[in-house]
Amino acid sequence: MADVKYSEEHEWIRVEGDTGTIGITQYAQEQLGDVVFVDVPAASRKVAKGEAVAVVESVKAASDIYAPVSGEVIESNAALADTPGDVNAEPMGKGWFFKIKMSDKGELAGLMDEAAYAAFVKGLG
Amino acid sequence: MSEPAAGPLKRTPLYELHRELGARIVPFAGYEMPVQYPTGILVEHAHTRNACGLFDVSHMGQVRLTAQAGHTAAKALETLVPADIVGLQPGQQRYTQFTNEAGGILDDLMVTSTGDHLQLVVNAACKGADLAHIKAKLSDACEIEPMFGRGLLALQGPQAVTVLSRLAPSVAGMKFMTGTFVVIDGARCYVTRSGYTGCDGYEISTPADATDAIARKLLSHPEVKPIGLGARDSLRLEAGLCLYGHDIDTTTTPVEAVLLWSVGKERRIQGGFPGAAVVQKQIAEGAPRKRVGLLPEGKAIAREGAEIVISGKTVGIVTSGGFAPTLGRAIAMGYVERAQSANGTKVELLVRGKPVPAEIVPMPFVKHTYYRG
Repeated sequence: MADVKYSEEHEWIRVEGDTGTIGITQYAQEQLGDVVFVDVPAASRKVAKGEAVAVVESVKAASDIYAPVSGEVIESNAALADTPGDVNAEPMGKGWFFKIKMSDKGELAGLMDEAAYAAFVKGLG
Repeated sequence: MSEPAAGPLKRTPLYELHRELGARIVPFAGYEMPVQYPTGILVEHAHTRNACGLFDVSHMGQVRLTAQAGHTAAKALETLVPADIVGLQPGQQRYTQFTNEAGGILDDLMVTSTGDHLQLVVNAACKGADLAHIKAKLSDACEIEPMFGRGLLALQGPQAVTVLSRLAPSVAGMKFMTGTFVVIDGARCYVTRSGYTGCDGYEISTPADATDAIARKLLSHPEVKPIGLGARDSLRLEAGLCLYGHDIDTTTTPVEAVLLWSVGKERRIQGGFPGAAVVQKQIAEGAPRKRVGLLPEGKAIAREGAEIVISGKTVGIVTSGGFAPTLGRAIAMGYVERAQSANGTKVELLVRGKPVPAEIVPMPFVKHTYYRG
Protein backbone atom coordinates (compact mmCIF):
# COMPACT_ATOMS: atom_id res chain seq x y z
CA MET A 1 0.00 0.00 0.00
CA ALA A 2 1.24 3.43 -0.94
CA ASP A 3 2.29 5.72 1.84
CA VAL A 4 1.37 9.43 1.60
CA LYS A 5 3.36 12.12 3.38
CA TYR A 6 2.82 15.86 3.58
CA SER A 7 5.05 18.92 3.78
CA GLU A 8 4.51 22.21 5.60
CA GLU A 9 4.42 23.83 2.15
CA HIS A 10 1.22 21.85 1.47
CA GLU A 11 2.66 19.32 -0.95
CA TRP A 12 1.89 15.63 -0.78
CA ILE A 13 4.13 12.78 -1.87
CA ARG A 14 2.79 9.28 -2.53
CA VAL A 15 5.61 6.78 -2.01
CA GLU A 16 5.77 3.52 -3.98
CA GLY A 17 9.17 1.86 -3.63
CA ASP A 18 11.80 4.44 -4.64
CA THR A 19 9.30 6.53 -6.55
CA GLY A 20 7.38 9.47 -5.15
CA THR A 21 4.44 11.17 -6.89
CA ILE A 22 4.09 14.82 -5.87
CA GLY A 23 1.25 17.31 -5.93
CA ILE A 24 -0.46 19.93 -3.78
CA THR A 25 -3.06 19.35 -1.11
CA GLN A 26 -6.76 20.12 -0.97
CA TYR A 27 -5.97 22.97 1.43
CA ALA A 28 -3.41 24.41 -1.01
CA GLN A 29 -5.75 24.31 -4.00
CA GLU A 30 -8.50 26.00 -1.97
CA GLN A 31 -6.08 28.75 -0.96
CA LEU A 32 -4.84 29.25 -4.52
CA GLY A 33 -8.24 29.35 -6.18
CA ASP A 34 -8.70 28.54 -9.86
CA VAL A 35 -5.44 27.15 -11.28
CA VAL A 36 -4.79 28.29 -14.85
CA PHE A 37 -1.23 27.12 -15.52
CA VAL A 38 1.29 24.72 -14.01
CA ASP A 39 4.97 24.89 -14.93
CA VAL A 40 6.24 21.37 -14.19
CA PRO A 41 9.91 20.29 -14.16
CA ALA A 42 11.42 18.39 -17.08
CA ALA A 43 12.23 14.70 -16.77
CA SER A 44 15.80 13.87 -15.68
CA ARG A 45 16.14 17.13 -13.75
CA LYS A 46 17.93 16.54 -10.45
CA VAL A 47 16.29 18.36 -7.58
CA ALA A 48 17.26 18.95 -3.96
CA LYS A 49 14.86 18.83 -1.05
CA GLY A 50 13.37 22.29 -0.57
CA GLU A 51 14.28 23.46 -4.08
CA ALA A 52 11.63 25.41 -6.04
CA VAL A 53 10.87 23.00 -8.87
CA ALA A 54 7.44 23.90 -10.21
CA VAL A 55 5.19 26.94 -10.38
CA VAL A 56 1.44 26.92 -10.09
CA GLU A 57 -0.39 29.95 -11.43
CA SER A 58 -3.88 30.76 -10.23
CA VAL A 59 -5.91 33.70 -11.51
CA LYS A 60 -4.62 35.64 -8.52
CA ALA A 61 -0.97 34.76 -8.13
CA ALA A 62 2.00 32.54 -8.93
CA SER A 63 3.22 30.13 -6.25
CA ASP A 64 6.40 28.08 -6.10
CA ILE A 65 6.20 24.36 -5.46
CA TYR A 66 9.15 22.93 -3.51
CA ALA A 67 10.56 19.44 -3.80
CA PRO A 68 9.63 17.65 -0.55
CA VAL A 69 12.53 15.25 -1.06
CA SER A 70 15.70 15.05 -3.19
CA GLY A 71 16.00 12.98 -6.33
CA GLU A 72 15.57 12.91 -10.08
CA VAL A 73 12.38 13.85 -11.90
CA ILE A 74 11.24 10.84 -13.95
CA GLU A 75 7.91 12.08 -15.29
CA SER A 76 5.74 15.17 -15.17
CA ASN A 77 1.99 15.46 -15.66
CA ALA A 78 1.76 16.67 -19.26
CA ALA A 79 -2.06 16.67 -19.14
CA LEU A 80 -2.01 19.69 -16.82
CA ALA A 81 -0.99 21.87 -19.79
CA ASP A 82 -4.49 21.44 -21.21
CA THR A 83 -6.47 20.86 -18.03
CA PRO A 84 -4.86 22.86 -15.21
CA GLY A 85 -8.26 22.78 -13.45
CA ASP A 86 -7.48 19.15 -12.53
CA VAL A 87 -5.41 20.60 -9.69
CA ASN A 88 -8.58 22.12 -8.20
CA ALA A 89 -10.87 19.21 -8.98
CA GLU A 90 -8.62 16.31 -7.95
CA PRO A 91 -5.51 17.68 -6.24
CA MET A 92 -4.46 14.23 -5.02
CA GLY A 93 -5.57 12.40 -8.17
CA LYS A 94 -5.47 13.66 -11.74
CA GLY A 95 -3.94 16.92 -10.52
CA TRP A 96 -0.53 15.40 -9.63
CA PHE A 97 2.51 17.44 -10.73
CA PHE A 98 5.52 15.16 -11.18
CA LYS A 99 7.17 11.88 -10.18
CA ILE A 100 10.59 11.65 -8.64
CA LYS A 101 13.11 8.83 -8.09
CA MET A 102 14.12 9.50 -4.52
CA SER A 103 17.85 9.58 -3.71
CA ASP A 104 17.42 9.49 0.07
CA LYS A 105 14.28 7.89 1.44
CA GLY A 106 15.44 8.93 4.90
CA GLU A 107 14.20 12.43 4.07
CA LEU A 108 10.62 11.13 4.25
CA ALA A 109 10.98 10.95 8.02
CA GLY A 110 10.93 14.75 8.13
CA LEU A 111 7.46 14.89 6.54
CA MET A 112 4.06 14.58 8.18
CA ASP A 113 1.58 11.74 7.98
CA GLU A 114 -2.07 12.45 7.24
CA ALA A 115 -3.11 12.97 10.87
CA ALA A 116 -0.18 15.28 11.61
CA TYR A 117 -0.87 17.30 8.45
CA ALA A 118 -4.59 17.60 9.30
CA ALA A 119 -3.60 18.96 12.71
CA PHE A 120 -1.08 21.31 11.05
CA VAL A 121 -3.76 22.75 8.74
CA LYS A 122 -6.20 23.09 11.62
CA GLY A 123 -3.56 25.09 13.48
CA LEU A 124 -3.46 27.58 10.59
CA GLY A 125 -6.99 28.62 11.42
CA MET B 1 8.48 53.65 12.56
CA SER B 2 8.99 52.16 9.14
CA GLU B 3 5.36 51.27 8.54
CA PRO B 4 2.19 53.08 9.50
CA ALA B 5 0.31 51.26 12.22
CA ALA B 6 -2.50 49.32 10.59
CA GLY B 7 -5.80 50.45 12.03
CA PRO B 8 -8.70 48.09 12.47
CA LEU B 9 -10.16 46.96 9.17
CA LYS B 10 -13.40 48.60 8.15
CA ARG B 11 -16.46 46.83 6.80
CA THR B 12 -18.92 47.85 4.13
CA PRO B 13 -22.69 47.62 4.69
CA LEU B 14 -22.58 44.25 2.89
CA TYR B 15 -20.07 42.50 5.16
CA GLU B 16 -22.67 40.18 6.73
CA LEU B 17 -24.07 39.33 3.30
CA HIS B 18 -20.59 38.43 2.01
CA ARG B 19 -20.13 36.07 4.97
CA GLU B 20 -23.53 34.48 4.38
CA LEU B 21 -22.65 33.93 0.72
CA GLY B 22 -19.46 32.10 1.73
CA ALA B 23 -17.03 34.72 0.46
CA ARG B 24 -13.35 34.49 1.13
CA ILE B 25 -12.66 37.79 2.87
CA VAL B 26 -9.31 39.56 2.49
CA PRO B 27 -7.96 42.91 3.66
CA PHE B 28 -8.09 45.41 0.80
CA ALA B 29 -7.49 49.17 1.06
CA GLY B 30 -8.32 49.06 4.77
CA TYR B 31 -11.53 47.06 4.34
CA GLU B 32 -12.53 43.45 4.79
CA MET B 33 -13.60 42.66 1.24
CA PRO B 34 -14.73 39.53 -0.64
CA VAL B 35 -12.02 38.37 -3.06
CA GLN B 36 -14.16 35.49 -4.32
CA TYR B 37 -17.25 33.44 -3.53
CA PRO B 38 -17.32 29.62 -3.46
CA THR B 39 -17.76 29.24 -7.24
CA GLY B 40 -14.36 30.83 -7.85
CA ILE B 41 -12.96 33.63 -9.97
CA LEU B 42 -13.23 31.92 -13.38
CA VAL B 43 -16.96 31.23 -12.97
CA GLU B 44 -17.58 34.71 -11.56
CA HIS B 45 -15.69 36.29 -14.43
CA ALA B 46 -17.62 34.35 -17.08
CA HIS B 47 -20.92 35.00 -15.35
CA THR B 48 -20.32 38.75 -15.50
CA ARG B 49 -19.40 38.64 -19.19
CA ASN B 50 -22.39 36.41 -20.05
CA ALA B 51 -25.14 37.38 -17.61
CA CYS B 52 -24.90 39.77 -14.67
CA GLY B 53 -22.59 40.21 -11.68
CA LEU B 54 -23.12 42.19 -8.49
CA PHE B 55 -20.00 43.78 -7.00
CA ASP B 56 -19.70 45.51 -3.63
CA VAL B 57 -17.61 48.62 -4.29
CA SER B 58 -18.81 50.47 -1.19
CA HIS B 59 -15.17 50.82 -0.07
CA MET B 60 -14.65 53.42 -2.79
CA GLY B 61 -14.98 57.04 -1.71
CA GLN B 62 -18.01 59.09 -2.65
CA VAL B 63 -17.71 62.85 -2.24
CA ARG B 64 -20.22 65.57 -3.03
CA LEU B 65 -19.14 69.07 -4.06
CA THR B 66 -21.65 71.91 -3.89
CA ALA B 67 -20.73 75.43 -4.97
CA GLN B 68 -20.54 78.16 -2.34
CA ALA B 69 -22.38 81.36 -3.22
CA GLY B 70 -20.61 83.17 -6.04
CA HIS B 71 -18.64 80.10 -7.17
CA THR B 72 -19.13 77.17 -9.53
CA ALA B 73 -18.11 73.70 -8.40
CA ALA B 74 -17.10 72.65 -11.91
CA LYS B 75 -14.72 75.57 -12.33
CA ALA B 76 -13.22 74.85 -8.92
CA LEU B 77 -12.71 71.14 -9.65
CA GLU B 78 -11.02 71.99 -12.95
CA THR B 79 -8.14 73.46 -10.94
CA LEU B 80 -7.37 69.89 -9.75
CA VAL B 81 -8.17 67.71 -12.81
CA PRO B 82 -7.49 67.99 -16.56
CA ALA B 83 -10.95 66.97 -17.79
CA ASP B 84 -13.59 69.34 -19.15
CA ILE B 85 -15.83 69.58 -16.08
CA VAL B 86 -17.39 72.96 -16.87
CA GLY B 87 -18.84 71.43 -20.03
CA LEU B 88 -20.38 68.52 -18.13
CA GLN B 89 -24.15 68.69 -18.61
CA PRO B 90 -26.49 67.68 -15.76
CA GLY B 91 -26.70 63.90 -15.72
CA GLN B 92 -23.38 63.42 -17.52
CA GLN B 93 -20.43 61.53 -16.10
CA ARG B 94 -16.73 61.79 -16.93
CA TYR B 95 -13.52 59.93 -16.05
CA THR B 96 -10.55 62.02 -14.94
CA GLN B 97 -7.48 62.18 -12.68
CA PHE B 98 -6.23 64.34 -9.82
CA THR B 99 -2.79 65.41 -11.04
CA ASN B 100 0.24 66.73 -9.15
CA GLU B 101 2.62 69.53 -10.15
CA ALA B 102 4.76 67.05 -12.10
CA GLY B 103 1.75 65.88 -14.10
CA GLY B 104 1.70 62.61 -12.12
CA ILE B 105 -1.57 61.03 -11.09
CA LEU B 106 -2.65 61.26 -7.43
CA ASP B 107 -5.80 59.23 -8.12
CA ASP B 108 -8.28 58.57 -10.88
CA LEU B 109 -11.97 59.23 -10.41
CA MET B 110 -15.43 59.53 -11.87
CA VAL B 111 -17.23 62.88 -11.80
CA THR B 112 -20.96 63.20 -12.36
CA SER B 113 -22.97 66.41 -12.51
CA THR B 114 -26.42 66.23 -10.99
CA GLY B 115 -27.06 69.84 -11.97
CA ASP B 116 -27.04 70.98 -8.34
CA HIS B 117 -23.69 69.51 -7.45
CA LEU B 118 -20.84 67.25 -8.54
CA GLN B 119 -20.52 63.68 -7.29
CA LEU B 120 -17.07 62.14 -7.23
CA VAL B 121 -16.15 58.48 -6.87
CA VAL B 122 -12.50 57.96 -5.92
CA ASN B 123 -10.38 54.90 -5.10
CA ALA B 124 -10.67 53.37 -1.64
CA ALA B 125 -6.93 53.43 -0.95
CA CYS B 126 -6.69 57.13 -1.85
CA LYS B 127 -9.91 58.50 -0.43
CA GLY B 128 -8.47 59.98 2.76
CA ALA B 129 -5.68 61.74 0.87
CA ASP B 130 -8.08 62.84 -1.88
CA LEU B 131 -10.45 64.38 0.65
CA ALA B 132 -7.59 66.27 2.33
CA HIS B 133 -6.42 67.47 -1.11
CA ILE B 134 -9.90 68.67 -2.09
CA LYS B 135 -10.44 70.36 1.26
CA ALA B 136 -7.09 72.13 1.07
CA LYS B 137 -7.73 73.44 -2.43
CA LEU B 138 -11.48 73.84 -2.87
CA SER B 139 -12.93 74.83 0.53
CA ASP B 140 -13.35 78.47 -0.50
CA ALA B 141 -15.37 77.58 -3.56
CA CYS B 142 -17.24 74.43 -2.53
CA GLU B 143 -18.98 72.74 0.30
CA ILE B 144 -17.24 69.36 0.48
CA GLU B 145 -19.23 66.44 1.84
CA PRO B 146 -17.57 63.04 2.16
CA MET B 147 -20.24 60.34 1.85
CA PHE B 148 -17.93 57.46 2.82
CA GLY B 149 -20.72 55.65 4.63
CA ARG B 150 -22.90 55.24 1.56
CA GLY B 151 -23.10 51.95 -0.28
CA LEU B 152 -21.93 51.54 -3.87
CA LEU B 153 -23.04 48.52 -5.87
CA ALA B 154 -21.84 47.71 -9.38
CA LEU B 155 -24.26 45.66 -11.45
CA GLN B 156 -22.36 44.60 -14.55
CA GLY B 157 -22.96 42.45 -17.59
CA PRO B 158 -25.29 42.11 -20.58
CA GLN B 159 -28.30 41.33 -18.39
CA ALA B 160 -27.77 44.21 -15.95
CA VAL B 161 -30.22 46.36 -17.90
CA THR B 162 -32.92 43.67 -17.76
CA VAL B 163 -32.49 43.19 -14.02
CA LEU B 164 -32.21 46.80 -12.89
CA SER B 165 -35.06 48.00 -15.11
CA ARG B 166 -37.38 45.56 -13.30
CA LEU B 167 -36.75 47.60 -10.14
CA ALA B 168 -36.40 51.01 -11.78
CA PRO B 169 -37.80 51.09 -15.34
CA SER B 170 -36.24 54.47 -16.18
CA VAL B 171 -32.69 53.08 -16.17
CA ALA B 172 -33.26 51.10 -19.38
CA GLY B 173 -32.90 54.17 -21.60
CA MET B 174 -29.82 55.60 -19.88
CA LYS B 175 -26.68 55.88 -21.98
CA PHE B 176 -23.11 55.01 -20.97
CA MET B 177 -21.61 57.64 -18.65
CA THR B 178 -24.87 59.26 -17.58
CA GLY B 179 -26.49 59.36 -14.14
CA THR B 180 -29.89 59.87 -12.56
CA PHE B 181 -31.69 59.67 -9.24
CA VAL B 182 -34.05 56.68 -8.95
CA VAL B 183 -36.00 55.06 -6.14
CA ILE B 184 -35.09 51.40 -5.61
CA ASP B 185 -36.89 49.40 -2.95
CA GLY B 186 -38.13 52.63 -1.40
CA ALA B 187 -34.65 54.18 -1.12
CA ARG B 188 -33.41 57.16 -3.09
CA CYS B 189 -30.36 56.05 -5.03
CA TYR B 190 -28.09 57.66 -7.61
CA VAL B 191 -27.52 55.38 -10.58
CA THR B 192 -24.91 55.81 -13.31
CA ARG B 193 -24.60 53.65 -16.40
CA SER B 194 -20.94 52.89 -15.93
CA GLY B 195 -18.55 50.45 -14.33
CA TYR B 196 -15.05 49.09 -14.59
CA THR B 197 -15.48 45.74 -16.32
CA GLY B 198 -15.78 46.79 -19.97
CA CYS B 199 -19.37 45.48 -19.90
CA ASP B 200 -22.62 47.38 -20.02
CA GLY B 201 -23.92 47.95 -16.51
CA TYR B 202 -24.62 50.33 -13.67
CA GLU B 203 -23.18 51.67 -10.46
CA ILE B 204 -25.77 52.31 -7.79
CA SER B 205 -25.03 54.68 -4.91
CA THR B 206 -27.26 53.69 -1.99
CA PRO B 207 -28.06 55.07 1.46
CA ALA B 208 -25.97 53.02 3.93
CA ASP B 209 -28.97 51.47 5.66
CA ALA B 210 -30.66 50.45 2.38
CA THR B 211 -27.60 48.82 0.80
CA ASP B 212 -28.04 45.33 2.22
CA ALA B 213 -31.72 45.10 1.25
CA ILE B 214 -31.06 46.36 -2.29
CA ALA B 215 -28.16 43.95 -2.75
CA ARG B 216 -30.33 41.02 -1.58
CA LYS B 217 -33.12 42.14 -3.86
CA LEU B 218 -30.75 42.23 -6.86
CA LEU B 219 -29.34 38.80 -5.96
CA SER B 220 -32.85 37.36 -5.86
CA HIS B 221 -33.03 37.73 -9.64
CA PRO B 222 -31.88 34.51 -11.32
CA GLU B 223 -29.48 36.34 -13.66
CA VAL B 224 -27.45 37.86 -10.81
CA LYS B 225 -24.50 36.31 -8.93
CA PRO B 226 -22.18 37.98 -6.42
CA ILE B 227 -18.71 38.72 -7.78
CA GLY B 228 -15.55 39.36 -5.76
CA LEU B 229 -12.50 41.55 -6.19
CA GLY B 230 -10.58 38.76 -7.95
CA ALA B 231 -12.88 38.75 -10.97
CA ARG B 232 -13.20 42.53 -10.79
CA ASP B 233 -9.46 42.68 -11.46
CA SER B 234 -9.43 40.12 -14.30
CA LEU B 235 -12.42 41.86 -15.94
CA ARG B 236 -10.84 45.34 -15.81
CA LEU B 237 -7.53 43.99 -17.14
CA GLU B 238 -9.29 42.41 -20.14
CA ALA B 239 -11.00 45.78 -20.66
CA GLY B 240 -7.57 47.48 -20.70
CA LEU B 241 -8.51 49.74 -17.80
CA CYS B 242 -5.92 51.15 -15.39
CA LEU B 243 -5.68 50.06 -11.77
CA TYR B 244 -4.50 52.93 -9.57
CA GLY B 245 -1.26 52.18 -7.72
CA HIS B 246 -0.26 49.71 -10.41
CA ASP B 247 -0.84 51.02 -13.95
CA ILE B 248 -1.01 54.66 -12.92
CA ASP B 249 0.48 56.52 -9.96
CA THR B 250 2.31 59.74 -9.08
CA THR B 251 5.14 58.85 -11.49
CA THR B 252 2.91 58.42 -14.57
CA THR B 253 1.24 61.24 -16.46
CA PRO B 254 -2.11 61.00 -18.27
CA VAL B 255 -0.17 61.24 -21.56
CA GLU B 256 2.16 58.34 -20.68
CA ALA B 257 -0.82 56.32 -19.47
CA VAL B 258 -2.59 56.93 -22.82
CA LEU B 259 -5.45 58.68 -21.03
CA LEU B 260 -5.22 61.79 -23.20
CA TRP B 261 -8.77 61.06 -24.43
CA SER B 262 -9.93 62.05 -20.94
CA VAL B 263 -8.15 65.43 -21.04
CA GLY B 264 -10.46 68.19 -22.30
CA LYS B 265 -9.54 69.53 -25.76
CA GLU B 266 -9.67 73.15 -24.59
CA ARG B 267 -7.82 72.27 -21.43
CA ARG B 268 -4.89 70.81 -23.39
CA ILE B 269 -4.38 74.33 -24.72
CA GLN B 270 -5.44 76.43 -21.74
CA GLY B 271 -4.05 74.28 -18.94
CA GLY B 272 -5.01 75.45 -15.46
CA PHE B 273 -4.62 72.06 -13.72
CA PRO B 274 -1.64 70.85 -11.67
CA GLY B 275 1.21 69.72 -13.91
CA ALA B 276 -0.36 71.28 -17.02
CA ALA B 277 3.04 72.44 -18.32
CA VAL B 278 4.41 68.88 -18.17
CA VAL B 279 1.31 67.44 -19.85
CA GLN B 280 1.35 70.11 -22.57
CA LYS B 281 5.05 69.49 -23.26
CA GLN B 282 4.38 65.75 -23.57
CA ILE B 283 1.47 66.37 -25.91
CA ALA B 284 3.69 68.54 -28.11
CA GLU B 285 6.87 66.47 -28.02
CA GLY B 286 5.70 63.01 -27.06
CA ALA B 287 6.01 61.33 -23.67
CA PRO B 288 9.19 59.39 -22.87
CA ARG B 289 7.19 56.21 -22.36
CA LYS B 290 3.77 54.85 -23.08
CA ARG B 291 1.32 52.33 -21.58
CA VAL B 292 0.80 49.41 -23.96
CA GLY B 293 -1.02 46.08 -24.14
CA LEU B 294 1.12 42.92 -24.19
CA LEU B 295 0.20 39.49 -25.45
CA PRO B 296 2.64 36.82 -24.22
CA GLU B 297 3.07 33.63 -26.25
CA GLY B 298 2.28 30.33 -24.56
CA LYS B 299 0.87 29.80 -21.13
CA ALA B 300 3.26 31.58 -18.77
CA ILE B 301 1.79 34.59 -16.99
CA ALA B 302 3.84 37.78 -16.78
CA ARG B 303 2.73 39.68 -13.71
CA GLU B 304 3.38 43.13 -12.30
CA GLY B 305 7.10 43.86 -12.11
CA ALA B 306 8.18 41.63 -15.01
CA GLU B 307 10.79 43.41 -17.15
CA ILE B 308 10.07 44.08 -20.82
CA VAL B 309 13.16 43.40 -22.93
CA ILE B 310 14.19 43.89 -26.56
CA SER B 311 17.47 42.32 -27.72
CA GLY B 312 18.66 41.94 -24.15
CA LYS B 313 17.96 45.59 -23.25
CA THR B 314 15.27 46.48 -20.73
CA VAL B 315 12.79 48.86 -22.37
CA GLY B 316 9.98 48.76 -19.83
CA ILE B 317 8.06 47.01 -17.10
CA VAL B 318 4.79 45.14 -16.74
CA THR B 319 2.34 46.93 -14.42
CA SER B 320 -0.58 44.47 -14.57
CA GLY B 321 -0.64 40.95 -15.88
CA GLY B 322 -2.74 37.90 -15.47
CA PHE B 323 -4.87 35.21 -17.00
CA ALA B 324 -7.70 36.47 -19.20
CA PRO B 325 -10.56 34.00 -18.66
CA THR B 326 -12.53 35.26 -21.68
CA LEU B 327 -9.55 34.61 -23.97
CA GLY B 328 -8.14 31.56 -22.16
CA ARG B 329 -4.64 33.05 -22.24
CA ALA B 330 -2.28 35.40 -20.47
CA ILE B 331 -2.45 39.17 -21.06
CA ALA B 332 -0.56 42.09 -19.60
CA MET B 333 -0.11 45.82 -19.74
CA GLY B 334 2.95 47.87 -18.99
CA TYR B 335 5.09 50.84 -19.91
CA VAL B 336 7.70 50.86 -22.66
CA GLU B 337 9.96 53.53 -24.14
CA ARG B 338 7.95 55.44 -26.72
CA ALA B 339 10.33 54.49 -29.55
CA GLN B 340 9.51 50.82 -28.93
CA SER B 341 5.78 51.22 -28.32
CA ALA B 342 4.29 50.56 -31.77
CA ASN B 343 1.68 47.82 -32.06
CA GLY B 344 3.23 44.66 -33.45
CA THR B 345 6.61 45.25 -31.76
CA LYS B 346 8.13 41.97 -30.60
CA VAL B 347 9.45 41.98 -27.05
CA GLU B 348 10.34 39.50 -24.34
CA LEU B 349 8.89 39.49 -20.84
CA LEU B 350 11.11 38.15 -18.08
CA VAL B 351 8.98 35.70 -16.10
CA ARG B 352 10.95 34.34 -13.15
CA GLY B 353 14.09 35.17 -15.09
CA LYS B 354 13.00 33.30 -18.23
CA PRO B 355 12.29 35.33 -21.39
CA VAL B 356 8.77 34.83 -22.73
CA PRO B 357 8.17 36.16 -26.27
CA ALA B 358 5.33 38.71 -26.43
CA GLU B 359 3.91 41.29 -28.79
CA ILE B 360 2.70 44.84 -28.19
CA VAL B 361 -1.00 44.91 -29.07
CA PRO B 362 -3.84 47.43 -28.96
CA MET B 363 -6.22 47.42 -25.99
CA PRO B 364 -8.85 46.55 -24.89
CA PHE B 365 -8.15 42.81 -25.02
CA VAL B 366 -11.91 42.14 -24.88
CA LYS B 367 -14.22 44.52 -26.73
CA HIS B 368 -16.14 47.00 -24.61
CA THR B 369 -19.91 46.54 -24.75
CA TYR B 370 -21.03 49.89 -23.33
CA TYR B 371 -24.56 51.04 -24.19
CA ARG B 372 -24.31 54.29 -26.14
CA GLY B 373 -27.92 54.42 -27.33
